[in-house]
Amino acid sequence: MPRPFQLADPKRARQLADAIAILAPPTTFKIVHVCGTHEMAIAQHGLRRMLPDTVEVLEGPGCPVCVTPTADIDAAVQIAEQGAILCTFGDMTRVPGTRLTLEGARSKGCDIRVVLSISEAEKLAHKTDRDVVFFAVGFETTTPMTAAVLLDDPPPNFSVLVSHKKIPEAMGVLLGLPGTNIGAYLAPGHVSTILGLGPYQEHLARFNIPVVVGGFEPLDILYAIALILRQVRDGKGFAENGYPRAVADEGNVAAQALIEMVFQSAEVGWRGIGNIPDSGMVLRSKFERFDARKRFDVKGETGDEKIPGCRCADVLTARAVPADCPLFGTRCTPLSPIGPCMVGTEGACSIWFRYGGRELP
Amino acid sequence: MCLAAPAKVISITDNEAVVDYNGVRATARLDTLTEPLAAGDYVLIHTGFAIRRLSPEDGEETLKLFDELAASLDAEPSSDDSQQGS
Amino acid sequence: MSIENDRITPLHGAGGEMMGKLLAEHVLPRLQHAAPGRIDLNAMDDGATIDLPATGELVMTTDSHVVKPIFFPGGDIGTLAAAGTLNDLAVMGARPIAVSLAVIIEEDFPIADIDRIVASFAETLESADAAVICGDTKVMGRGEIDGIAINTTALGIADPAIGDADAQPGDVVLVTGTIGDHGMALLAAREEFHLETELVSDVASVWPMIAEILPLGGIHAMKDPTRGGLAAALNEMARKSGKCFEIDEQSIPLRSEVQGLSDLLGISPLTVANEGKAVVVVSPEVADRVLTTIQAHPLGKDAAIIGTVSETYPERVVLGTEVGGRRFLDMPLGDPVPRIC
Repeated sequence: MPRPFQLADPKRARQLADAIAILAPPTTFKIVHVCGTHEMAIAQHGLRRMLPDTVEVLEGPGCPVCVTPTADIDAAVQIAEQGAILCTFGDMTRVPGTRLTLEGARSKGCDIRVVLSISEAEKLAHKTDRDVVFFAVGFETTTPMTAAVLLDDPPPNFSVLVSHKKIPEAMGVLLGLPGTNIGAYLAPGHVSTILGLGPYQEHLARFNIPVVVGGFEPLDILYAIALILRQVRDGKGFAENGYPRAVADEGNVAAQALIEMVFQSAEVGWRGIGNIPDSGMVLRSKFERFDARKRFDVKGETGDEKIPGCRCADVLTARAVPADCPLFGTRCTPLSPIGPCMVGTEGACSIWFRYGGRELP
Repeated sequence: MCLAAPAKVISITDNEAVVDYNGVRATARLDTLTEPLAAGDYVLIHTGFAIRRLSPEDGEETLKLFDELAASLDAEPSSDDSQQGS
Repeated sequence: MSIENDRITPLHGAGGEMMGKLLAEHVLPRLQHAAPGRIDLNAMDDGATIDLPATGELVMTTDSHVVKPIFFPGGDIGTLAAAGTLNDLAVMGARPIAVSLAVIIEEDFPIADIDRIVASFAETLESADAAVICGDTKVMGRGEIDGIAINTTALGIADPAIGDADAQPGDVVLVTGTIGDHGMALLAAREEFHLETELVSDVASVWPMIAEILPLGGIHAMKDPTRGGLAAALNEMARKSGKCFEIDEQSIPLRSEVQGLSDLLGISPLTVANEGKAVVVVSPEVADRVLTTIQAHPLGKDAAIIGTVSETYPERVVLGTEVGGRRFLDMPLGDPVPRIC
């Protein structure tokens, strides 16, 4: 972290933790976040230990890797098996498809490359005659990049396998599910850099719960939690910007425009949750020529079967924490993952297992 | 989805910036940025693209927000307005 | 086909003239060093001898090296093979006395690269006053092995040997320098990431530093934090001793480039390999002197005390975080991958 943004400071952390303790309601209050990076930051900095017992913070469907449907992994594997160079983010390589993970496909001779950016995949396409396909996964933080590359005249051997999702819609659906008991949302900081506050107002206003955008430094998270609890104390429930240095209320309009030009909404499946209307991105017809699903021969495979006992669906919908699942830590571990929450490195179960979860020293 | 780190802008050529993360240099594309950028600015980067310009004062401003919140609760916890402590 | 070639051929591994020529011209001249016994490397006998000292424990270690890329920022497979083996001896408290060097090379491997690798190997050995006394050369066909594999076995004398299992409650935990340099330098060097940095691997022999602290006594356990990083080494020491390692995150020395890479890749510096560092667990009475002794050495200038040993959570490592939180630091599970979320 560059010096101006090194905000970690035990004294201020203690002050914010004290503020949270003062504001904490007397009975259990559930805050849900939807960002793997928030869960990682909470776990890595030991923040749960600094919260009062009545304030619970849970991860919902915050890991785009975890909620990518098996069918999308299968498509990626098939595309690689048909000879394309399949470029992907690192954390996607270990997610199981029906037959193989991408890592497994690589061991069988497929050309799978880990990239840090879609721009690297596009550069690669300029240097080869082979088909280069980018596996476009991620929420709205990542969607503008795919749009930018497609608008910038990529070479004809380049295409994308689109699996982008929209998180505010999913946040609204969660609130409508029975048993979720969500008191407030800690909204994802960098998704909000792109979207601003508008989509939360649009999809969540009618539920009248606090929705506070939080950053990712440990103090940012404590601050956002304090803002949530202050709203609760004051009987309010609205979308609030708790990360103003990185989020403008209107969001990043250039990035929004890029998304709008290239993509339209569609109903898509979320692994562990099911179909959610308007929650995914598909290419507009103008850009169909870059759709890898059309360029290659992609067939449906068996798809995911529910494993008896696996509670990923409940964990993803914030109705359970990983430790509530009977398979957690016993049959289901990061080395032998069963459900998507354990597979993705930013899934709640994987993080809980690796950072001690409910076990707080 | 959300991993984005701030870096310092070293130079800009057309649509790309050379940036520095504490002694590690990379390039970042600027197509996804709304505001104009200059060398010496800081920028938040996600998967190789800039998503938000930051200025060094932003860090200080953030700390002020934390301090204001904490201070507002030093007074009556049930008060609606932030009162100055004595 | 000309026999005068700049690449390895199967003849180089066949035990005859070609192999003799390869060794005489490219390998042996670089490995000259005082031999520990009567029959030495120059004799090119079936084995070599070692005159054993009267006291102490004989320590033996072996390692095979297949690192990719072969040449990386700050070193190569030769440096790594030499340092890795010497460091295994060093963290057992053993002075190196003899090293073996066996290689398996792929046909067509450039002989100029052999020169570089042997030179690196020899240079690292020299820094620890250690001698190669025997070796072996084999060649496999194209595609039957990837480039080169090196096995080194080393013998050392310790008086006494120091394990990794005897941390005591109240002990102080130190690291001899910055953490995560090697692993992060190799990640940054991956061509597909297009990153530029001055960060290089820390690969080096730690024996010269360790040699100076052994006489101080009070050293209860040591380990070199290679694969799995500092997190793995601390967890192993905690498990074997049955004690709790309480570590203060802020005191772990990190280079700013390592922090930058950690931010940008989403990978913790505590889980990646170090190839020129040691974790040293000492009794509190000697801790300050051990620290200043290590810091006086050029390789140890960033050494720091990072925690203590207790009995709070047996076999676990607890990290006090920079904002005053606490969490367990567990054994990492595999090679870290860069993440987007």
